[in-house]
Amino acid sequence: MARLEKLFSHLENIKEQYFLKNRIAEENRQRENEAAVKIQRRFRGCQVRAYLRHLHKNATLIQKIWRGFTARELFRQRVNTAYFIMKMNFYNKMAVKIQQRWRGYYVRKYVHNYYARKRYLEGVAKKNDLIRRDLEEFAELQKRERERIALEKEEQEKNIQAQRLHFLLSTKQCPGVFNSPFRAEPDEMELRLRRVKPRSAPKERKTPKMTPDLSNLMPNRERLPPIHKKPQGPFRPALEVQQQRLRPLEPSLRVATSITALEEAREELKRQEWRTRVIDQTFLPFSNASQNKRYESLIHTITPFEQVAYGTKHFREEPKECCQGKKPFKTVFTTCHVFDKFGRLYSNAGNIV
Amino acid sequence: MTMSQRQVLQVFETYQKARTQFVQMVAELATRPQNIETLQNAGVMSLLRPLLLDAVPTIQQTAALALGRLANYNDDLAEAVVKGDILPQLVYSLAEQNRFYKKAAAFVLRAVAKHSPELAQAVVDCGALDALVISLEEFDPGVKEAAAWALGNIARHNGKLSQAVVDAGVVPLLVLCIQEPEIALKRVAASALSDIAKHSPELAQTVVDTGAIAHLAQVILNPDAKLKRQVFSALSQIAKHTVDVAEMVVEAEIFPAALACLKDPDEYVRKNVTTLIREITKHTPELSQIIVNVGGVAAVVDYLGDSKGNVRLPGIMMLGYVAAHSENLAMAVIVSKGVPQLAICLEEEQEDHIKAATAWAFGQIGRHTPEHARAVAVVNVFPKLLNLYLDTKSSEDLQVKAKKALKSILQKCTYLPALEPLLYEAPSNILKHVICQFSKVLPHDSKARRLFVTSGGLKKVQEIKAEPGSAIQEYINAINSCYPEEIVSSSERFFFNRYYSPGYSEALLERIENYQPI
Repeated sequence: MARLEKLFSHLENIKEQYFLKNRIAEENRQRENEAAVKIQRRFRGCQVRAYLRHLHKNATLIQKIWRGFTARELFRQRVNTAYFIMKMNFYNKMAVKIQQRWRGYYVRKYVHNYYARKRYLEGVAKKNDLIRRDLEEFAELQKRERERIALEKEEQEKNIQAQRLHFLLSTKQCPGVFNSPFRAEPDEMELRLRRVKPRSAPKERKTPKMTPDLSNLMPNRERLPPIHKKPQGPFRPALEVQQQRLRPLEPSLRVATSITALEEAREELKRQEWRTRVIDQTFLPFSNASQNKRYESLIHTITPFEQVAYGTKHFREEPKECCQGKKPFKTVFTTCHVFDKFGRLYSNAGNIV
Repeated sequence: MTMSQRQVLQVFETYQKARTQFVQMVAELATRPQNIETLQNAGVMSLLRPLLLDAVPTIQQTAALALGRLANYNDDLAEAVVKGDILPQLVYSLAEQNRFYKKAAAFVLRAVAKHSPELAQAVVDCGALDALVISLEEFDPGVKEAAAWALGNIARHNGKLSQAVVDAGVVPLLVLCIQEPEIALKRVAASALSDIAKHSPELAQTVVDTGAIAHLAQVILNPDAKLKRQVFSALSQIAKHTVDVAEMVVEAEIFPAALACLKDPDEYVRKNVTTLIREITKHTPELSQIIVNVGGVAAVVDYLGDSKGNVRLPGIMMLGYVAAHSENLAMAVIVSKGVPQLAICLEEEQEDHIKAATAWAFGQIGRHTPEHARAVAVVNVFPKLLNLYLDTKSSEDLQVKAKKALKSILQKCTYLPALEPLLYEAPSNILKHVICQFSKVLPHDSKARRLFVTSGGLKKVQEIKAEPGSAIQEYINAINSCYPEEIVSSSERFFFNRYYSPGYSEALLERIENYQPI
């Protein structure tokens, strides 16, 4: 209770104090309020700022990461394109190099080949030389040929001349025109005259000319009467006369065969044998089959049809003494010319049918 | 037979003998030209005409022969033959009579047809073509020869007559004739084919279609000269029209056998071979190439060396044609020593048309590259060409060709020693090109500059008067800029003294050589 009494004594103090403190507090209220507001203001600001800072920091972080991400992508792309461009440049340069080489090669080989042209011109020059040489040789040959022919012709002419002048040949008694005694040796013409045979009578020339047209000689009109008064006999038709005149040689068989016909035939046979016979053994089929065969004659016949030995194995008896010294039997007979000209003569005399 | 009968028949005998003698004498007299006038005045035509219808065949034939010889001589008589209505009778009997008469009748037709196209047309109009074709199918070679000759004479004049002859179906028969062994027949058949083919490409094609080329080619190796003339003439007439035909001629493998004929002793054979080669090379570079490869150019150059006069013309033209196609072929011509030979031709020949052809050939050779121009310049041909151009006596054609050749060669020529003489003599239109060439060469060659000064060329160039701004002035400026100024602008006398003094100042020449033009 003491405390209570103390407390009630203090009560007035306390009330005063209370009112004092309230008055002081009331006086300081504005100031303290403002201070508190200030402090709160500051503190809230800091708070918000810290919060904003936090937000900013996070946003920056996100943006940073994002930007880094996209930039790296871009960068990678750029690196790729740069690499690609580098590669393309490189390839282009290499392609240019290839094309350069190829174009040079192509032009030099196909469009204007200097060495081929050079070779061609050299070839042309060589060919020209060859041709020139060949043509010259050919011309030489031709010239020589012509000269030879001319010389031969001249020879021929001179020979014909000599033939015609054969009577000018000099004799022992009388020297000819070309063999003057004052010359050292006879003239060339004289020698030619000695060499050449005199020309025989002009041979009947076989007409290589066309046969005169016989229809001219036989107009199919009325013939004029003959010019001669006395008829001269039945004439042969002109065609026959012509045929007779121009008939070629018809030698008989004996004349036509040459003298050595037999020898020639033997030679021919020999040659043939030499050519064709390859094996010397004759072909004997089934060699033993016919060796001992005897011909067995028919019962109905009486004459033996064997092979007679005479005529094949031996011809005649041994040569007798009376035949010794005599000439052998001739196998060639002289021909008789009785029927050579039968039917081939111009006249019909003797053709007794 | 009574006396009076015999006497009557005697009269007829005498008359026949008289007729035979008359006709034979006339035929003999007609062989000599001096008698023909007298014969004509004596009225021989009217007398011979009834003898053509005589009963005796010998008189008919001899009368036809005499008529033929008369008509052969000149064209008045030939016209008289036509006007006298003799041709239908001849044509009629051409189909009927024996071969002597056919020969004589064909001789008359050929003699009439050879003079002019009108007479040939008259011969065709009376139906001679069919009769002649029938004669061509005969066996006797003499008749075939006469018929072929007549057809050749008809076809010679112009294309229409040739077409008429071809329409009658003559060409296969002529080709058969060429294969016959008789040389005269081959000759005449080849000449007839040549006359037919020469007018137009269609006719040449017709001749080729019957396979004529192969047979003509076989005949080339025959030794007879006149035959070879005709064969080569025929081949060249065929080949001249189109490329295809020329190719077919070449495919018949006539080269190198034809080149051997270039050494034939007969002049006209050689000329015809060269004409053939010219016609072939004219068409395309490939054909010229074939000829060059086979050595034809060398053979033709030798031919030019061997021959003289008018016959050189085809050879010169052939070289020109070959060189004109391409520069390869022109170089081949140069390599075959064609240029010195052409220079000799230019020197020796007097005729204007041959000189014109030579000038043209030079132009074709030299116009391709500086190498070619140099080859042409080396044989010293520029002064001659210039003289031909400036000579008042040369024909127009020659002047034009010489000028063209000079211009085209000069535009490529870099061989200065040959250009120098031209500085002095050339007229201004040629001088322009010469100066142009100098202005191209001098800036690059110091030795040439030195030579140019010592030979007096620079002095000459200074003397040329040219309008400022013209092309010549530009060239002169270009030349002047190659030299140091003192040389160019020094006085005439200074130059004169310097030039004619024996030792041209060495220092000056050194300076010229070391001077580098800008």
